[in-house]
Amino acid sequence: MRALEPWVAAPLQTFITESSARLILLMTTSGQVVAQHGFSRSVEVMTAAALGAAIVASTEELARVMGASRFAALVHGGNRQSCMLSAFGTPRGRWIGLVVFGSETSVGLVQLFFDQMVGELVTAAPREQPQPSPLPENFERELDTSLKELFGR
Amino acid sequence: MSEAEAALEQVTQVPGVRGSLLISGGDGLVVAERLMDGVDGRAVAALAASLVQRLDRATNRAGMRAPTFVHLRGNSGSVLAAPGRSDLILVAVAAAEANLGLARVQMLDAVGRLA
Repeated sequence: MRALEPWVAAPLQTFITESSARLILLMTTSGQVVAQHGFSRSVEVMTAAALGAAIVASTEELARVMGASRFAALVHGGNRQSCMLSAFGTPRGRWIGLVVFGSETSVGLVQLFFDQMVGELVTAAPREQPQPSPLPENFERELDTSLKELFGR
Repeated sequence: MSEAEAALEQVTQVPGVRGSLLISGGDGLVVAERLMDGVDGRAVAALAASLVQRLDRATNRAGMRAPTFVHLRGNSGSVLAAPGRSDLILVAVAAAEANLGLARVQMLDAVGRLA
């Protein structure tokens, strides 16, 4: 497990231990990666972050069109593994969690411990102004820096 | 009243039972519930389903048949679970003073009626 900000590590580690999730990605709604667990290649993280952020943006727009409030979570159930995407508010802005899990756990357990992790993150987050969204010209450089930190190279 | 509601009603009528839930064993999600305030149905569903699944695996590995009733006793109460057909599990949360024998009989009867 690797996290860009140290206060994210403990709640995320608890979630990993309790939920038995295989892969986890925490990111901002613009696709900037905050923490990851289980990914071995930076290109996988980049792809998952971009797709996850896009899916959440699509579902939130769909909810708006339908006149509903935001969807709490999106779960895709598969034969061998399943995937959950959920956006949540933190003092550092709106984040997205992407969780991939297998038959060794259940969607109920993943959702239960994910909600606990969100509560712990909200409590642990430093109460300072959220960082401004990266400017387009800086986005690629910041993404590259984040990935280097997450993968230690 | 639906079959699920009838099953929950039958179990919650037992003295000392603080609530009952019908949950999906594979997903650990609540299908129907009748709970007193202060009982977190979502947490009970997720954890009870996990418990029953693990016990199922353990008995299977030991060459035994799957459990038909699970009783988890704590200091201040018990969690009871009766696996049924179609991956459904009937779960009850009972206080320490609950009539557990009657609860067991009613749960096995109720889960047997569920299609």
